[in-house]
Amino acid sequence: MSVAPLSYVVTGNALIDGDVVWLAEGGSLTRHFAQALVFADKALAEAALAPLAKRHLEVVGCYLAEVRPTAQGYEPAHFREAFRMRGPSNYAHGKQADAASNAA
Amino acid sequence: MYVYDDFDRDFLAERNRQFRAQVARRIDGSLTEDEFRPLRLMNGLYLQLHAYMLRVAIPYGTLNPGQMRQLALIADRWDKGYGHFTTRQNIQFNWPKLSDVPDMLDALAEVGLHAIQTSGNTIRNVTSDHFAAAAADEIADPRPWAELIRQWSTDHPEFQFLPRKFKVAVTGSPIDRAVTRAHDIGLRMVAPDAFEVIVGGGLGRTPMIGKVLRENLPAADLLPYLEAVVATYNLLGRRDNKFKARIKITVHENGIDTIRDLVEARFAEIAPLFDPAATAAQLARIQRDFAPPALRVTSDLPFQAAHQADPVFRAWADTNLHPHRDAGHAIVTISLKAHGATPGDATSDQMRLIADLAEKYGYGEIRISHEQNVILPHVARADLPALHKALKTQGLATANVGLLSDIIACPGMDYCALATARSIPVAQELAQHFEALKLEHDIGPLKIKISGCINACGHHHVGHIGILGLDRAGVENYQITLGGDGTEDATLGERTGPGFAYDRIVPAIERILRTYLDLRLSREETFLEAYRRVGLTPFKEALYGADQADAA
Repeated sequence: MSVAPLSYVVTGNALIDGDVVWLAEGGSLTRHFAQALVFADKALAEAALAPLAKRHLEVVGCYLAEVRPTAQGYEPAHFREAFRMRGPSNYAHGKQADAASNAA
Repeated sequence: MYVYDDFDRDFLAERNRQFRAQVARRIDGSLTEDEFRPLRLMNGLYLQLHAYMLRVAIPYGTLNPGQMRQLALIADRWDKGYGHFTTRQNIQFNWPKLSDVPDMLDALAEVGLHAIQTSGNTIRNVTSDHFAAAAADEIADPRPWAELIRQWSTDHPEFQFLPRKFKVAVTGSPIDRAVTRAHDIGLRMVAPDAFEVIVGGGLGRTPMIGKVLRENLPAADLLPYLEAVVATYNLLGRRDNKFKARIKITVHENGIDTIRDLVEARFAEIAPLFDPAATAAQLARIQRDFAPPALRVTSDLPFQAAHQADPVFRAWADTNLHPHRDAGHAIVTISLKAHGATPGDATSDQMRLIADLAEKYGYGEIRISHEQNVILPHVARADLPALHKALKTQGLATANVGLLSDIIACPGMDYCALATARSIPVAQELAQHFEALKLEHDIGPLKIKISGCINACGHHHVGHIGILGLDRAGVENYQITLGGDGTEDATLGERTGPGFAYDRIVPAIERILRTYLDLRLSREETFLEAYRRVGLTPFKEALYGADQADAA
């Protein structure tokens, strides 16, 4: 079985509420993983990451996270990033709660 | 319990005013995150996986009902209606907004609580025996000493930038319920006016059992002696390597005799600078605040009647009560470990009920244990049936204290930015699995402790069964240790061998416990006793098969 090559998203936490955010189109920050900008080239991802250090009014602790393609779109390569995308497993809090209330 | 005086109130108001201004400067961009991070950590504010987390100190695990109600109010107003009691007798709020934290700290200050030195390389919240002043086996209440240490260490100018964090635990009983041998400094009262001083214990990456530095320290010398220990560590402790910076490594690398010589020399220098009369006066004032309640005399008949008639009450009373120094009273442990619940979590409704019951039945005293339960230290035995009935209304009457499902678990990767794997769902599944098998009471006394990373907040090294969650090549993997013990017989557990995947860890624990049930000499032989008798081998065979157990 061949393993799909890894791509990258730029992620961090929003300053005021600490919620997980990703870099999206046009330099905006999104709270929805599906809207995250995916970089196949690590150098390009790093170039997109660098200016976020200056946006400390919006976002904290930015870094690159690995993602891989699936039939349903990209998903986090590491379980830590999957938890950040979803929320904790003991309560339906965090992003999973937001997703549920959006769907309702 | 201790009541803040004007000095405490003014100090806290000033700190909160400072931090409010720091938060405002962070939000308006005057401070960068690099500048702000050490300031927020000094005030117990972390940035975790999904949100900020505010860690509030519960000094030596003692709360009054008003404080508990305020924690409930904070949970409702600024968080998600619950709080998480930790293995350090703290409470953590998992979802505060940065902009709300100054208001939360002011609300805490209204009831004499704070988040100062719950993070950072400082002397942290002083922990103590959760049965203090109630247990029959106690020499004296250790909490006045713990409060004295809190006052001495809070904002101590010399100790705000130690090589690493520094944890002190105090017990007044020869039965060690405060895990003193796994602290940077453990103080064990040996007489009402003397302590054994243990140094260099700790869990984490390099677990060590503390060593005795002074067998019999006159209590009057406690503060200068502690200051000498921390000052010695402050100079000698390593700052070149975070993983070798705790005092346990300093003691290990220099030897206990060298450390003792340095501490004694420093002690001789600084002791004359302390004012023993002032310390004694302050201690006397604190001790007055900790005067024991006037215990009522009641009939034991209501207890005996309920114990005979109600099997649910009987199971709870036989499991969750501990002997009180007064035969007409009991120490009640309220389990925060309902099967399938998150260990240590309490909803705001549960907190308010506990506060009400502490007032009605418990002389207004509440304790938080490092085992993540709530204690009502003084309850008349005649009131126990009514208390039990009330606890049931909020799911607080689980009869499992000291049993398999009374699991310590750190927040793990569900919340913690440092974690390498999840802890909470492993605890939940273990509790539910053995509840379904109805084996918990048959297995008997058992301490399972789960940490979601090597830092060991879940105390896994001193669990009879310890579980350590790691990241192995991008997959959660759980190592097992057996035979650990956090009491006065402190022992580090031994690793069984290779770890288990997330979906294999509960079956692995079941194999260990079925092996124990098969090999125990009688129902009276506990898991820990059986393990000490037979060693690792039969459990390794159960986990890995006979061939691998021999080779391992």
